[in-house]
Amino acid sequence: MKEQVFIYSHSFQSYKFHQEHPFNQLRVELTYDLLKSMNILSDEEIVSPRLATDDELALIHDRKYIDAVKRASEGKLSEEEAYNFGLGTEDTPIFPNMHEASSLLVGGTLTAVDYVMSNKALHALNLGGGLHHGFKGKASGFCIYNDSAVAIKYIQKKYDARVLYVDTDAHHGDGVQWAFYDDPTVCTLSIHETGRYLFPGTGNVTERGHGKGYGYSFNIPIDAFTEDESFLNIYRKSLQEIAEFFQPDVIITQNGADAHFLDPLTHLCSTIKIYEEIPKIAHEIAHTYCEGRWIAVGGGGYDIWRIVPRAWAHIWLTMKQHTPKGSLPQQWLEKWQPKSPVKLIPNWEDPIPLYEPIPRKKEIEEKNDMTLQKALHIIRENRPFNNHNQATESS
Amino acid sequence: MIIEKIMKKEVVTLTHKDTIATAIKTMRHHGIRHIPIISNNNELIGIVSDRDLREASPSTLVLEQKEHSLFKKPIKDIMTTDVITVHPLDFVEDAASIFFEHRISCLPVMRGQKLVGIVTEADVLYTYVQLTGADQPSSRIEVRVPNRSGMLSEVSALFHEKHVNISSVFVYPDLDDHYKILVFRVQTMNPMNVVETIKNRGYEILWPHQLENRK
Repeated sequence: MKEQVFIYSHSFQSYKFHQEHPFNQLRVELTYDLLKSMNILSDEEIVSPRLATDDELALIHDRKYIDAVKRASEGKLSEEEAYNFGLGTEDTPIFPNMHEASSLLVGGTLTAVDYVMSNKALHALNLGGGLHHGFKGKASGFCIYNDSAVAIKYIQKKYDARVLYVDTDAHHGDGVQWAFYDDPTVCTLSIHETGRYLFPGTGNVTERGHGKGYGYSFNIPIDAFTEDESFLNIYRKSLQEIAEFFQPDVIITQNGADAHFLDPLTHLCSTIKIYEEIPKIAHEIAHTYCEGRWIAVGGGGYDIWRIVPRAWAHIWLTMKQHTPKGSLPQQWLEKWQPKSPVKLIPNWEDPIPLYEPIPRKKEIEEKNDMTLQKALHIIRENRPFNNHNQATESS
Repeated sequence: MIIEKIMKKEVVTLTHKDTIATAIKTMRHHGIRHIPIISNNNELIGIVSDRDLREASPSTLVLEQKEHSLFKKPIKDIMTTDVITVHPLDFVEDAASIFFEHRISCLPVMRGQKLVGIVTEADVLYTYVQLTGADQPSSRIEVRVPNRSGMLSEVSALFHEKHVNISSVFVYPDLDDHYKILVFRVQTMNPMNVVETIKNRGYEILWPHQLENRK
């Protein structure tokens, strides 16, 4: 058995909306190239992704929707019809061969799953995946097919295992949450910037699941301008306690890298520090509860030059138990600097200080702590889960 | 939005001859907190709430046998008879202000003398949640504009220009009454494009708030 595999193909680049779109898979290549230039990613560790089949996509997605994406792929979907499927919008414009491009990202995550679940590798990383906003019958938030949701259903069917899904993207992992909202054999944890201002707006602490799944969805919405310490405190405590409560067989982590101060789409104030710690803690938890079984996927991340390559490299480096310090490889900096519109950060560490002190720091930390308590209250109390549903009280 | 669109049409009712015990059981069974009381010819003559029942119930500290006879009393002894009602064509905001003014949480909906539905505080609140657009994937943008005609139209035209669909719009008063705050929830994960456009036309963006050095 291999210790870890890296799912990669140059064809991940085919998932491309247009030149100005913020979602840019060049991030994956930049990360791959960074690891390659460190000589820490060997060819034996690289596995090509396969295409997900229609039946696999249909584990989560409506056949009608899959068909619509296929027609859009060939430019045969009318504008009106496209709109009903969330296609052809500003966020998810139609592009040629979008069905194949999206199926490859899902197939990549399924390849990762097969390696880990059939004991061919302990850990697997698919940076092409992590498209957590995709819904059953609708594209949303740059996502067409939801690779993680398909992968979880696939794990249930093929391997009959309990999955803990952990989402640290700055946006709420809505697509995955809703897909398993009433399922007690899948536990979802999403830590994200509060939906008061940020897309998609959901992910309130009171969203806990429904019916039998009540108590198996966890949401910790954190305040805008949250910094490293508070973020990591919440992540560490929640993941530890939820893993202890749920006793998963395998962990899937979604590693959106858009909670960084420099990310243009969100309003959190973390630094590269959290991206060093997030995979380390996930790795520990996987070894404590799942005999090491850990599948990691990518996600958001819109400062593709200064942040995402370093942040995502940390996931692989954690799997290899390597902590990098100091300068990035010169070769990498020299290769990519001319192509980057911004000055690359030359070190693994962020420059200090990265930003002016946040005036409300203490208040934000207190508020986040309270949210954490609310989210974990249900397991800390150690009560049996009652299916009381406050929302449907009538007359 | 009118009441007819949000009211529940299947109403659980009792008659004035039913007992307090029946009312308690009915509420538990249906998970409800209010029961309209109707006469033989289907006219509304009163309403009981869970609070009326709690007040009428003997204390759990007093468990003497004779107290239990209270449960056998008819509802008409404890029901509220001057019931506040609404019409199906009333606006949802009317129901909201009635709830607020009278400190009640349920309104029978009447067409003439006939009970045709019921609407609760939770129904109205849910309508407001939908109104804010907060139940659909969206981003929030706040713009401060001078308090004069045409501003909403000018700013919302910029969303159209950028092909961004608006889920909801609110107009809030500003502390300074020469200004208003426009709050848009828009169907996009990347509001930065349209935010730039709004800024370039000289409007003040309150959110998204950019920190120094971010760019």
